[in-house]
Amino acid sequence: MSHFQNQDFEVSKEFLEVQKKVDASTKRNYRRVSIGFLILFIYCFVTSYQFGLFDIGSRWFSDRVSLMLLDTYANKDHIIMRWDNTSKISVRFEGSKKMTYDPQPDFLIYNNDGNFNTMVFTSGRKVNFYKNFIELEGYSDVVGKLRLGINNYGKPAILSDQKEIPKWIRVTENKIEVRPNLFERIQIYKSKVVVHRYQVGWRYFFFDFDSLLRDLSFNDIIKISFSSDRITPELGNNYFILQEFLNNSIWFHGPVFFALLETIMMALIGTLIASIIGLFLSFLAASNINPFKIIRIIVKRFFDFLRAVDTLIWSLLLLRAFGPGLFTGIFAIALTEIGTLGKLMSEAIENTDPNQQEGVASTGASTLQKQRYGILPQIMPVFISQTLYTLESNTRSAIIIGAMGSGGIGMLFLSYMRTGVDFENVAYVAALVLITVMLMDLFSSWLRNFIINS
Amino acid sequence: MTLISKSSFDEIERNIKRQAKTRAFYTIIFILSIVFIIILGVDVANERNAGSFSRGITKVFDFPLDIISDAFERGWGWYPLLLKYFPTLLSTVNMALFATLVGFFGAVIMSLLASRNLIKNKFIIQFTRRILDILRSFPEIIIATLLLYLMGQSILPAFFAIAIHTIGVLGKLFSEVIENIDEGPIEGLTSLGSSWPQKIIYGVFPQVFPHFVSYTMLRLEINVRSSTILGFVGAGGIGQALKLSIAWRFGDHVSAIMVLIIVTIVIIDRLSSLVRHRVIGLKI
Repeated sequence: MSHFQNQDFEVSKEFLEVQKKVDASTKRNYRRVSIGFLILFIYCFVTSYQFGLFDIGSRWFSDRVSLMLLDTYANKDHIIMRWDNTSKISVRFEGSKKMTYDPQPDFLIYNNDGNFNTMVFTSGRKVNFYKNFIELEGYSDVVGKLRLGINNYGKPAILSDQKEIPKWIRVTENKIEVRPNLFERIQIYKSKVVVHRYQVGWRYFFFDFDSLLRDLSFNDIIKISFSSDRITPELGNNYFILQEFLNNSIWFHGPVFFALLETIMMALIGTLIASIIGLFLSFLAASNINPFKIIRIIVKRFFDFLRAVDTLIWSLLLLRAFGPGLFTGIFAIALTEIGTLGKLMSEAIENTDPNQQEGVASTGASTLQKQRYGILPQIMPVFISQTLYTLESNTRSAIIIGAMGSGGIGMLFLSYMRTGVDFENVAYVAALVLITVMLMDLFSSWLRNFIINS
Repeated sequence: MTLISKSSFDEIERNIKRQAKTRAFYTIIFILSIVFIIILGVDVANERNAGSFSRGITKVFDFPLDIISDAFERGWGWYPLLLKYFPTLLSTVNMALFATLVGFFGAVIMSLLASRNLIKNKFIIQFTRRILDILRSFPEIIIATLLLYLMGQSILPAFFAIAIHTIGVLGKLFSEVIENIDEGPIEGLTSLGSSWPQKIIYGVFPQVFPHFVSYTMLRLEINVRSSTILGFVGAGGIGQALKLSIAWRFGDHVSAIMVLIIVTIVIIDRLSSLVRHRVIGLKI
């Protein structure tokens, strides 16, 4: 028993020492970690303050946000009535004069017997157009009937007696702006009334306003494509449908698809050229193949140089030479990619197993055969997977380079963005970009698996 | 007496030859299709391009020579230009750094939710992964231009664009790292009755941290590059300075800014590879 206690005592003494050490080191670690976190926190705080992250709420242009969001999923008709000719109301798609509806749509009701015409919003609320004023119907926060029109002085004004004017009516000198919700908007000017009637959806996505196929359903289109009666004598039906689709003057499918193709071409060809040249140069940079040290160092520094000069600078330099177009993108991608791939491949070649090479050499192979059968099979998996991996990231770079001025979908996106009007087109292009990059990702990983498995 | 008869040996040889033939056939088709794509693409490019390839290739060195000669004309006065644009460079690098940091923390959280061995709920995993896919797929420039329109000219849109993209990329890589960890420590912690956060902090983080740091450093380098690009579309920093001096045709300014950018990228590249090698070498 005493023996046991004795041993127990001895062990616990050692144990205590160890424990003390552990405690001290844990404390030290804790201190280090907490100091690290403190510095990190201070850095984050200072930088957030400097960037203005704390007053982020006030930095948004809230009207732009709501307008943009609305524009991406909705479209609008402008209903215009001039005060000097109240019997004629015109309906225009997105306010464009070229797109005035000739048989007028159903939401505009002409009351032949009465002295007013009616326009119905998607929500069911109504606007009645009289000779001298308009009347809003169906708004719950308005007591009685709200009449807006031109007063005796010839200015837009609220004509009916209102105890309190709702917040969504703004009266200014020459204009009354009525915006009860996002989908309804009425503007009253001295000369005319403009009503915006919003609808959810991308209208005329397939065929534009002027197209003969505009109002046809999907089934009708299928029927036309199989029927032998030609719509136009010059063209076959299928070709005609395709033409109408690509020449859509609202969505510009033709130019958009072409720009997309250009971007994919840039990425694909740039990557291919880079992979071929990079593979060749990487043999020159590998120490187990090239015995000349000077050449090796020159090639390696060349790779470093290509990588250090960013894609941005390459594209700017090339833009001056080749102008806006595919070549700028192709070479900007290829040059950066040669640097990255060359460095990676030369490292891979240096790490290959020399035994295989010796085995091939022992059969009396020439230098070229030695590399073909001794080295290439070893680096091929790395090469293929690396090339395919970069294909996806290069698609993204191609979009960026394009936006810098060398064309393609990036430039198209930027130009849509700059006009700042057609956000449905912006949304369309953004969706296409998303789909393209994802498909490129899927395609490259599929091809990688396919090649490596076979 | 032979173990393998002459005829069967011949057959094996024939088989090998046939295999080699089909393989060569596929290789030739592959190479031909690549050549075809390149030729077709270059042809289309030649047609579409503003200037043709042959005319462009002669002018490749015009612009670089222009800015270099401008810089030489400036003489000693060129060096103060480096100092002049240094603050803009700092703001760009700082933006990339902060965006990477925010992206890192976001990616850690997202990757925990996207790893099969930590979350048992399939719906959460799939949902997080799809979100990561979407965040990853948008090029930074698209998010940045959209936010520039919505927030006005400032550094914030570029910051958000890079941070969002970083969350997407790192989140995926991190979740792959987490799914490949040794499950032993987690099981041990489970047997001690630890909670989920304790399992993460003591069972997962020590294993994955080196990989996380190395991926983040790699990302930092890429983010510095893209933050200069985003400056070019209006997010401020050195990219914007570059754009302005190109528009004004100040060759000396352009060359100074380019030198600054290149030197920064080289330094960050070296730094990140140094940290990567140290951290991976430690293997906590």
